[in-house]
Amino acid sequence: MTEQNDVIVVAEQHEDKIQSVTYELLGKGKEIAEKTSTKLCVVLLGGNIEEEAQELIYYGADKVFVFQHPSLKDFDTLNYKNNIVSLAKELKPGVMLIAASHKGRSLAPRLAVALETGVSADCIGLDMDSDGNLIQVRPAFSGSVLAHMKTKTKPVITTVRYKTMQSIKRDTSRKGEIVNRKASIVPSPLTTIKKQKLGEINISEADIIVTGGRGLKDSKDFAILAELSEACGGVIGSSRPLVDDGWIGKEHQVGFSGNTVKPKIYIACGISGSSQHLAGMRGSDIIIAINTDPSAPIFKIADYRIVGDLYEIVPKLVNEIKGRTS
Amino acid sequence: MLKIIVFVKQVVDISQLKFDADGVGTLENATGGEINPFDLNALELAVQIKDKLGASVTTVSMGEAGAEAILKDTIARGATDTLLLEDAAFKGSDTIATAYILASAVKKLGEFDLIICGEKTVDGDTGQIGAEIAEYLNIPHIGYVSSLEDIGEKLVVVSDMDSDQHTIECGFPVLLTVTKNINTPRLPSLRDKLNSRKAKVEVWHADNLSSVADKNLFGEQGSVIKVEKILLPSEGGRKGKDLQGSPEEIVKELVDDLERDGLLRGIGAK
Repeated sequence: MTEQNDVIVVAEQHEDKIQSVTYELLGKGKEIAEKTSTKLCVVLLGGNIEEEAQELIYYGADKVFVFQHPSLKDFDTLNYKNNIVSLAKELKPGVMLIAASHKGRSLAPRLAVALETGVSADCIGLDMDSDGNLIQVRPAFSGSVLAHMKTKTKPVITTVRYKTMQSIKRDTSRKGEIVNRKASIVPSPLTTIKKQKLGEINISEADIIVTGGRGLKDSKDFAILAELSEACGGVIGSSRPLVDDGWIGKEHQVGFSGNTVKPKIYIACGISGSSQHLAGMRGSDIIIAINTDPSAPIFKIADYRIVGDLYEIVPKLVNEIKGRTS
Repeated sequence: MLKIIVFVKQVVDISQLKFDADGVGTLENATGGEINPFDLNALELAVQIKDKLGASVTTVSMGEAGAEAILKDTIARGATDTLLLEDAAFKGSDTIATAYILASAVKKLGEFDLIICGEKTVDGDTGQIGAEIAEYLNIPHIGYVSSLEDIGEKLVVVSDMDSDQHTIECGFPVLLTVTKNINTPRLPSLRDKLNSRKAKVEVWHADNLSSVADKNLFGEQGSVIKVEKILLPSEGGRKGKDLQGSPEEIVKELVDDLERDGLLRGIGAK
């Protein structure tokens, strides 16, 4: 029997560990499945990943399809695509949700072409309209506008940005089915000959980010920001020009061509706020901006506006926070 | 000799684009279009390979007649051939239809070794076209390429995959999408710019693709994603609170507020 119109979430894993964005996708997937009276399925591909399947059920999955094979431990577009396509052809889902990571964004367009449907990129909002269409909301023009879109064909495939959806509470009493599938593996035309960490920090996942911009006078002055980020338990971010000048690594870059972030608190120090920068941090819960120029665009989207010198404000802020939390 | 294809798109200068409350965009200083800045990195990589090994570099763009100007600009920057895909039938294409048209043009062009695309465009901003073209052509693709390590019998590139960098070896043909970090695009010399104005841009219409493609999959009728509306991002809900006074007063008020809103709980208590 076919299970028409179910929701399929493609689980995101790294080194055989499920990434938190997967639970966010499950939260939204569950909502869509409930509204359309369908089931929430997950496709999980990995090298040694079976044990993780149960977690997906605790987070709301009705059914988990596991494809386990040593060749699937690392992301491989061709083999991931082939296995997901064959499952999708069998299940005929209504909706497929995929993380808007580099992996997901490499995979989703190929899935869409192979399944003869569309794909929307990097969505930040998903909602059912009264006719049962999934409205997909995504930024365009480098974040200047939000486009609301519908897909005429099924499945509706969308990649979803980190931290834009809410996961539901983990509940170990939830029941679901785990289905092991035999992975079909073909030799990959690509050979990974080396793998290395891009950087220790994962700024997209950070709850608190302290970012430095052109207001910094010297690369060494990131140390001042580091004190603040340490006091808050946050991480250091940077605007693009400082990364381009080699003051700090690319993994710290916030903005359209860097990382998109959505922390609880974003502290912009000496950042004027180019549209490219704003596109990468606009989704932050609370934005605190410190800049000597009162006309800096960052102030337009700030919750707290401090017109002042970061060299004066930041050390005092460190002391104030340390004083309260010690 | 390697045959390289680079896709380029004509885009508006988005810093000049202002949107009203209904999301209708207006160009403040209409200067025509420019090459999507991300595509310049793709072109630069192709030209670097051409300089090193010898290669043909064909730039292909789908757009209106005005896009001839950006294709001529690619000649000034080192491309050897250009192709404009221009037809009313292409209008209203979503990424799937666009990729189908571009892939069809590649099939019609014949043999190739390497296709290079920019990571995304500054207007549509989807970053999907490259991978979609690769799927239509049934060739491998490597996304987010930030460095070319070696090119000869095989290609070795570094691909930024989220928190990891993968060094990947592959054969030809292959499609690469490159990040802005891969290089700094050269500026064309004045002489090359002047010479490129005389370059002839090859133009193909929908009919030119009929031997390799189904016209029903072009343009609006071939598109499955419909934009319902465009809205401005809401900045509503921002407090927009000005903190004034001495630095001591400012930081005290700020930390008071954060503490009151429960935002300080996580702070410092790692």
